Amino acid sequence: MSVSFQIDYLQLLSSSGELNETAGAIAQDASSLEAFYRAMTRARAFDGKAIALQRTGQLGTFASALGQEAIGVGVASAMLPRDVLAPSYRDHAAQLLRGMSMVESLLFWGGDERGSDFAIPRADFPICVPVGTQVAHAVGAAYAFQLRREDRVAVCFIGDGGSGNGVFYEALNMAGVWSAPLVVVINNNRWAISTPRERECAAETLAQKAIGAGVEGLQVDGNDVIAVYEVARRAIEKAREGGGPTLIEALSYRLGDHTTADDATRYRDPEIVRREWAREPIGRLRTYLVGKGLWTKDKEDALLKQCVEEVEQAVATYLATPASQSEAMFDHLFAELPFAMQSQLEDARRFAPRKGLRDAVGPASLSGAGDG
Amino acid sequence: MAELTLVEAVNRALAHEMERDPDVLLLGEDIGVNGGVFRATNGLLARFGRERVVDTPLAEAAIAGAAIGMAAMGLKPVAEIQFSGFIYPVIDQMINHASRLRHRTRGRLTCPMVLRSPCGAGIHAPEHHSESPEAMFAHIPGLRVVAPSSPARAYGLLLAAIRDPDPVVFLEPTRLYRLFRQEVADDGEALPLDACFVSREGRDATVIAWGAMLHEAMAAAEFLEQEGVEIEVIDVATLKPLDCETILRSVEKTGRCVIVHEAPRTAGFGAEIAAEICERALYSLLAPVKRVTGYDVVVPLSRLEMQYMPSVERIADAVRKVMEA
Repeated sequence: MSVSFQIDYLQLLSSSGELNETAGAIAQDASSLEAFYRAMTRARAFDGKAIALQRTGQLGTFASALGQEAIGVGVASAMLPRDVLAPSYRDHAAQLLRGMSMVESLLFWGGDERGSDFAIPRADFPICVPVGTQVAHAVGAAYAFQLRREDRVAVCFIGDGGSGNGVFYEALNMAGVWSAPLVVVINNNRWAISTPRERECAAETLAQKAIGAGVEGLQVDGNDVIAVYEVARRAIEKAREGGGPTLIEALSYRLGDHTTADDATRYRDPEIVRREWAREPIGRLRTYLVGKGLWTKDKEDALLKQCVEEVEQAVATYLATPASQSEAMFDHLFAELPFAMQSQLEDARRFAPRKGLRDAVGPASLSGAGDG
Repeated sequence: MAELTLVEAVNRALAHEMERDPDVLLLGEDIGVNGGVFRATNGLLARFGRERVVDTPLAEAAIAGAAIGMAAMGLKPVAEIQFSGFIYPVIDQMINHASRLRHRTRGRLTCPMVLRSPCGAGIHAPEHHSESPEAMFAHIPGLRVVAPSSPARAYGLLLAAIRDPDPVVFLEPTRLYRLFRQEVADDGEALPLDACFVSREGRDATVIAWGAMLHEAMAAAEFLEQEGVEIEVIDVATLKPLDCETILRSVEKTGRCVIVHEAPRTAGFGAEIAAEICERALYSLLAPVKRVTGYDVVVPLSRLEMQYMPSVERIADAVRKVMEA
């Protein structure tokens, strides 16, 4: 028996900002397009500020989503609030749209667990750092919705590198068998830190990994927010109607370093990156909106000002948030701290930094090697 | 009251909780139609349907990961890992997610799941079926680790594990699955998850064990009774969090202690118990604490497995040594 498969690819808005005539209702929906534009701009403003904070020692390692904003914005725009997101660590564009606050994100990257206690998307998973492991959580969440007959869909992000991880295949396979209401989105930004896409996987597309799991797989121009929204909307609707999971490979490019701890000039030619800027998602949508008379310089200036104000206010709140007390390490480990851990909690309290003591001892001896 | 084997007691506990709580569901390999390779889930598919007794593909990491996702959304999944040697890919999910979901979201999301797995040697199983991984799980903050030693304890502790709001690793000694029967009232009474059992009282020496090894410890105690030595046997069925108080009370009384486990010696859970005794009851000791454990070797295949596991003879020998001091 011979079986053939096809991987479809969708692009609606070209790099130069020309809209494909097959674009459906969404292309006529000026308010949605403007909302996409605003959300991408907001995410990029946040991104740039986070990098600046890290560079000035005010934030820990941060994973930039520069150039990949259309994926998060397009997908999250197609989700309902009651749906659930299982993000990787490069998905603040989606998370911000879902209602995670900038302060929460800064707290997380600034080393504070409270940053994952989202006030708004209460059921969304926190950022997942161990690459690929989150796909299984999304499958489990989707199964829970299915079992309880809840009208909800689980959406999961993963990178191109992560799609080589074993649990990605396991989870996708499981989702196929269960016909789980799940959408997995691969942000194919071409790089797994220093490993280029062609060294990660010999397959022509990453979307075709779905075929082995009996799951629909397709590609989309990940820098085209209209197309991303369109494929995500269809996949989410399909999942909601009991049609099972979809794997979406969104083709993008990592314009920044892997994280602030990385230096991409060690392994890739800056000239290639410069060329990739011509395909980035925000500029092309702006070109289109301006061409249609839907966007003006005044609107642009007002939006940038608004973004800067929002980001600066979030930064101020983040920087003004004091660290938790030492004993917070013991909070929420279990529903109730076991008796066996009480003495450790008491130690943590006893040896918690006290202002007077710290001032007296000074930072030099606190950081000394072999300090007991 | 019914006389049940340990595996039947596990089955009763699962059924009881599934009956009581619609959020409880089972997932694992061959747990449905086949009722589990050890039959722990026998009959549950017919009773509760395939949505709640879920046969999964062969994918241990995804089984654990999916259970985490289910638990985070409010279900109470009980995942079965078919054999202990297949549990290692699961450690990633348990250490990186299950154990810390509550902590890292400050209580926003929780992970009330149970990870069941057979454990231990002694049934002439093939390679990779005889592991004792309790110390690996006990090392993970945020997890509870349980290893029952009898049908009644398996029943009561599994009920408690399923009802617990946090993740529990529940290691069932395969050697005990059908070794003996015991009266078990299917009354829904859970046992505490943070208390050792004093399985036998005695004044001369304390022998500490868990899981299948409890039976070697008890047999050694009976054997030594004939020599006039009265052994107190403690069953550390709930390894993590550890109920040190019961152990210390016993050691303070007897002054002598032998710790028995099937897992390899180095960094085994016995080392943790010995360290606690040294820190908190050293001056009560009349002799150094001794360990009788599996050797630091790969669990041998079936022909040598009985020589690997601590025997009644080895335990009795260790007790005689601490009695001499």
